[in-house]
Amino acid sequence: MTASDATARSGTSADAEAAGSYRSLVEDAQRREIRNKRLLATPALVVLFFAASGPLLIVLLYSFLAPDPYGGVEWEFSTQGWFKVFFQVDIFDDTVSLADAHLSILWRSVQLSFLTTLLTFVFGFPTAYFIATRPVKYRELWLFLITIPFWTNLLIRTFAIMEVIRAEGLINQALIALDIIEEPIQMLYTDFAILIGMAYVYLPLMVLPLYASMEKLDFRLVEAAYDLYATRFQALRRVIVPLVKPGIIAGSILVFIPSLGAYVTPRVLGGGKKMMLGNLIELQFGQGRNWPLGAALSITLLIIVMVALIAYVRNTTKSDVRHG
Amino acid sequence: MRAATAMRGKDVVLDGVSMVFGDFTAVHPTDLEIKAGEFFSILGPSGCGKTTILRMISGFLEPTTGRVLIGGDDMAGIGPNRRPTALIFQNLALFPLMPVWENVAFGLEARGVGKKQRRERAMELIDMVALRGQEEKLPGDLSGGQRQRVAIARALAVEPAVLLLDEPLSALDLKLRKEMQIELKRLQHETGITFIFVTHDQEEALTMSDRIAVMNNGRILQVGSPREIYDHPSERFVANFIGDTNLMEAEIISVSNGTARLRLPSGTETDADMPEGLDDAKKVTVVVRPEHARLAADAGEATLSGTLENIVYFGTDTHYHVRLDAGELFTIRAQNLRGRDETHESGSRIGIHLGDRAVQVLKD
Repeated sequence: MTASDATARSGTSADAEAAGSYRSLVEDAQRREIRNKRLLATPALVVLFFAASGPLLIVLLYSFLAPDPYGGVEWEFSTQGWFKVFFQVDIFDDTVSLADAHLSILWRSVQLSFLTTLLTFVFGFPTAYFIATRPVKYRELWLFLITIPFWTNLLIRTFAIMEVIRAEGLINQALIALDIIEEPIQMLYTDFAILIGMAYVYLPLMVLPLYASMEKLDFRLVEAAYDLYATRFQALRRVIVPLVKPGIIAGSILVFIPSLGAYVTPRVLGGGKKMMLGNLIELQFGQGRNWPLGAALSITLLIIVMVALIAYVRNTTKSDVRHG
Repeated sequence: MRAATAMRGKDVVLDGVSMVFGDFTAVHPTDLEIKAGEFFSILGPSGCGKTTILRMISGFLEPTTGRVLIGGDDMAGIGPNRRPTALIFQNLALFPLMPVWENVAFGLEARGVGKKQRRERAMELIDMVALRGQEEKLPGDLSGGQRQRVAIARALAVEPAVLLLDEPLSALDLKLRKEMQIELKRLQHETGITFIFVTHDQEEALTMSDRIAVMNNGRILQVGSPREIYDHPSERFVANFIGDTNLMEAEIISVSNGTARLRLPSGTETDADMPEGLDDAKKVTVVVRPEHARLAADAGEATLSGTLENIVYFGTDTHYHVRLDAGELFTIRAQNLRGRDETHESGSRIGIHLGDRAVQVLKD
């Protein structure tokens, strides 16, 4: 019997009173439940505040302060940090021009991150498809192999790549030994080196979400497409790709975002000559001693990521509307 | 069928076809001829190899030995996308992100037919399977029966010469299944396409097929019309799998023209049909369908006699369980007709008359 039933049937005030107290008991219980659920979220909220939102607010605040020449900030309002993200002032005649160095690093970061995402997709998609089509008992082994690089420190893996591509490295020596080239090819300290290094490091981040969505794929659909006279490419384009799209989106996001802020890989493989945003930011907090500029650059990076994410998700969900 | 969708079936021949997976033989060497325009069912329990045969015809599996011929052409090395077959999958395998009409038009799209044309053709087929108005919906928004129709339309869109159906009705409820059975039969009749229908449902096979192949353990045991299969099963498995049976041991006295003179355990003699390829066996098993026998009040004159143990009323008919004098249980099914209330007392002595040609000898 519900509280309202009780009220409807009650003729006497005692009944109404009983119904009222019953109702308040139910409300109490509901309130308690909501309170308990909130309580469970508290640890996560605390961590999020102290580890993410809090520092972010501090960075935002710093970007509007003046730099202390010995590092740190001076507590006075200034937009110099933000100004210097985009513009530079000539030391001699005080003319203002666009900050080419910053903008080209920004542009290179976006380009390299995009290419890294593309490269990991090109290599990750067939890999994930291969694993997803193995018998169930072998899939875990393959996934395990994919995750092995995670066991080693990022720095060590990056140095390993360096060993492979440097002038006296594996590739050059092999090519020289085979008489294909006479002089070693300069690969280290180029954009190519950074690209290879990042693609290598982030490949598992593409493969795993792709695999997760392919594993759920009903391969009878592929057979059905094949049976209806589709070629392999048609089956891929019309059946497989639309169905694993969530995995493609997740993988792209997981690779693109850390690529954009990558620090170690471009530092080691770019040799400090080829910088990315992460290195530029580090420079401002270190040798550059311009914390407000570093903070403003960090926020800029955050905004780029957000814009890219929104555009990407918008774009990919728009094409789904046609289907549904 | 509208004139625009006239199609023509082709015959399918399996010539010594077998399929071996590792150390498991899914299909033993099999010869089978399916005529053009025939509704042919492959009937058997799950795991008997019937789906494997279907997948070899559709091209998803290459047979270990033997040849598959469709319309006289050897299909060796020809993939499913180049065979004149279309397969309706057990789970239908509709493309979940495409609306109904795109699903139906998929085969045409794959062949490079322009969008306007394939939309027109898809709409014709959607009309044919009575789905007009549903063309923009996604498969997930349709009922089971509607999805079934989409799968059929999608397969027919590529104008196959042979339509392969892998238990497509097994997920439907009984009423819908009966409707779709009639629908499929109608489509087969109108299109003239060869239908090869795989099922484990004996009733489905009996009601729909021109001919049935009964399979077990990777072998085809018997091929014949539904009537032949039911009335004259050649093996114990076939007899048991299709319909109810009374099995008895018997002794052959003489054989002439496919008819044997038998001595039953009760000592009485009767005539029985012999299957081909069985000569001079002395001890045989015979089968009698429950509805091919009837009760006789006088135990003395009847072929068999025993004690009536149990009477079960089923509405349309009544089952009588008789304990024969030799010890076995014998079931008789009698139709309940108005005004002919036969009264038999449970526990009474009773005789059993066997109808003409009611007794069938089995090979094993």
